[in-house]
Amino acid sequence: MDLQTLWFVAVAVLWTGFLLLEGFDFGVAALIPVLGRKPADRHLMLRTIGPLWDGNEVWLVTAVGATFAAFPGWYATWLPAMYLPFVLVLVGLIVRAVAFEWRHSSHDERWDAAWTRVITTGSYIAAGGLGAALGATTLGLPVGEGGVRVGGAFSGWSWPALLGAVAVLAYSVVHGAVFLSLKTDGDLRHRARAFALRWAPLAALPLLAWAGLVWLRSGGVVTAATLVVAVVAVVVTWVRLAAGREGQAFTAWAVVLLASMATVFGAAFPVVLPSTIDPAFDVLVSTASVSDYTLTVMTWVAGFGLPVVLGYQAWTYWVFRKRLTAEPEHVEAAA
Amino acid sequence: MDVLEIARWQFGITTVYHFLMVPLTIGLGLLVAVMHTMWVRTGKAEWLRMTRFWGRIYLINFVLGVATGLVQEFQFGLAWSSYSRFVGDVFGSVLALEALLAFFLESTFLGLWIFGWGRIPKKLHLAALWAAVVGSIISAYFIIAANSWMQHPVGVVLDTSSGEPRARQVDFLAVLTNNTALAAFSHAIVASLMVAGGLLVGIGLWHLRKRSLAGRPTTEVDHQVWRRSVRVGGYVSLAAFMLVALTGDWQGKLMFQQQPLKMSSAEALCTTEAPASFSIFALSKLGSNECDDVRSFTVPYVLSFLANGDFSSPVPGVNDLQEQYAEAYGATYPDDPSFGDKAGEPIDYAPVLAVTYWGFRLMIGMGAVSAGVAAYALWATRRGRVPTSRIGVYGSLLAVGAPFVGNAAGWIFTEMGRQPFVVYPNPDVPRADQVYFFTAQAVSPGISATEVWTSLISLAVLYGVLAVVEFGLIVRFARQGVTDGDTTPTPGIGGGSTHRDDDDPPPRADDDASDDVLQFAY
Repeated sequence: MDLQTLWFVAVAVLWTGFLLLEGFDFGVAALIPVLGRKPADRHLMLRTIGPLWDGNEVWLVTAVGATFAAFPGWYATWLPAMYLPFVLVLVGLIVRAVAFEWRHSSHDERWDAAWTRVITTGSYIAAGGLGAALGATTLGLPVGEGGVRVGGAFSGWSWPALLGAVAVLAYSVVHGAVFLSLKTDGDLRHRARAFALRWAPLAALPLLAWAGLVWLRSGGVVTAATLVVAVVAVVVTWVRLAAGREGQAFTAWAVVLLASMATVFGAAFPVVLPSTIDPAFDVLVSTASVSDYTLTVMTWVAGFGLPVVLGYQAWTYWVFRKRLTAEPEHVEAAA
Repeated sequence: MDVLEIARWQFGITTVYHFLMVPLTIGLGLLVAVMHTMWVRTGKAEWLRMTRFWGRIYLINFVLGVATGLVQEFQFGLAWSSYSRFVGDVFGSVLALEALLAFFLESTFLGLWIFGWGRIPKKLHLAALWAAVVGSIISAYFIIAANSWMQHPVGVVLDTSSGEPRARQVDFLAVLTNNTALAAFSHAIVASLMVAGGLLVGIGLWHLRKRSLAGRPTTEVDHQVWRRSVRVGGYVSLAAFMLVALTGDWQGKLMFQQQPLKMSSAEALCTTEAPASFSIFALSKLGSNECDDVRSFTVPYVLSFLANGDFSSPVPGVNDLQEQYAEAYGATYPDDPSFGDKAGEPIDYAPVLAVTYWGFRLMIGMGAVSAGVAAYALWATRRGRVPTSRIGVYGSLLAVGAPFVGNAAGWIFTEMGRQPFVVYPNPDVPRADQVYFFTAQAVSPGISATEVWTSLISLAVLYGVLAVVEFGLIVRFARQGVTDGDTTPTPGIGGGSTHRDDDDPPPRADDDASDDVLQFAY
């Protein structure tokens, strides 16, 4: 595998890792209006993602950084073409981040509830917006000569963007529900599992449709296999949820995403951003990439750095591995 | 305004705002880590309370720094895509490595520190904080290396093979060991310590005075908390100020070589002088940007010393440098669509005089104010004294803002001072091989002014609201002090407080018994 392909894989892994990890904290936050009607449930839900969301978000920062670092031609075409959606994503991520920390800063229940709503809204915006961006970069954007967007500010807001947005949102919501059923106990655990059981098949559809569309355009045998794996994993998720095996269901639901994104990126390769104007303007791995020297340097640094990062991040997951239960009511009242 | 100007305002506003949080994160993180270490080593109650109190301010501030930092990584692509294409081979990799090697460390271990109270072994818990703080410092190094590469591009050659000129990296180590980066990094780190020191001094003095007026005995733990905060903050501020001056001098001497126009503009020095005089104050017409109209009060010889370390050597003036640069890089922008409205227009190689001149003086002045306050605080608290001077204490509280303003002014000076270039030509490289890029050609083609206006206004309004909330939270929390609503003496660790989350982590048999650790996550 040449270095450009290796870094395409690395970038794809980072984006997928981001969707997998931040997906459940987006999902938990998105489910607060549905599953967290009582303050105690809301607090419990937020506690499951409290120590993890910031580390998960660094996957996004690293994914964007690696896209820029390895494929500046992709980064510099994709971001300005989707200017407003990306700005919206930033606004969502900013308000969400500060709300996570600031909601504790008063012992007023209304203050807490208001910031919790901000977390939920920010999560919807960020998940939808990034889904739109990923949908557009794999299914096509109106870019012309020199990677410059053709048309006005909204010319990139097309059905691929909408499909990507719905796919990531729907996947994340069920992902959050499965995560909650795995990480909590008692009433919330059962309601979360029931929610996942009910919606998992439907929620997988847009994601599978997205993967299927990219495959139809440029897929091969391997990506056909990964697409089949994704479909099978949906069934497995449902069966394991029905059997009450949350751990296995969580793994299977993760496979749904991993296999779908493997199909999306695998089928799209070597195109990183197809042009809807003319295939001559497609952004390719080869034309978007940096020099071999820079790729070599990054490969060495990432080769040493990434295992360490994965090691300590996995370790913190292990430290916070236990199921959480709702606090006794008097503590709730004091808080 | 055209896209270029709006995008520049957007970059300026978002970056200066982001850099209000960053120095506090770096400086206060270091100090909280020291406090936490002192608690683990000595077991003394005041160190734990200091860790809890300052740690919470650190966290309130940290999260806004992280959130606003996100914008930075995206806006190079969103608004400056031509720049990103040009520098991608070197600039992007530095950003990506910053994320991989620093941000993961910072965020993962800070999460562990916040939620790890009483949950993981004491020393491991302390190590988690240090790991996060080291992450912040590594991150500072990478981003300053990236910025310094724009100020003084090294380790690259100009590659025109694809038709479009690009910077191509040939020496990654040279980028990381750029002398500009080493100077700017050390300058920024010690300046961050001034920010943290000033905060400790201001809030500490206010609490000491309040307690004294309320007749609270000095034997209480909390008295020690504030006294120690003032002493630590004062010494850190003073030491950091000396280091700020030393590293600033180093950076300044480099800049006289690498970007002479920035430094001459900072002095409003029009014609070459030998020996050159340092300007203390300038009168009239700085705003017209006509160097010859400026009249300033000067001290002879000093500028030669600042620039070259002697009292006789010449320092080139703005007018002479303008001519040199026009000769080397053209009197007008190339008549090329990539320069937008600026194509074919004359180039002004001098930065905005008023901004560089006053930015430079504001930076130094604010640093001096902060150092003066630190000296006052140390004097006023000598041998167990408690300051009661209203002016002294409120003045110190007001002076908490001084190092923030100084930091912002320093960055505005350094960034505005390299205009009209976004990547400044490195004078050590032969003209034909120089890698440089004009700001006018850096902006994204194809995005509309409406889009950039939309993002500028949304981000500015959002940042404004967040600033009000953050300021309010910090003020309210700082007023509450260590033991909120505490009316009883506080003997030893954890006694007497009515406020649950100010207590020490109770020994916990059950890992997930309650979320009071979470309440620490303010």
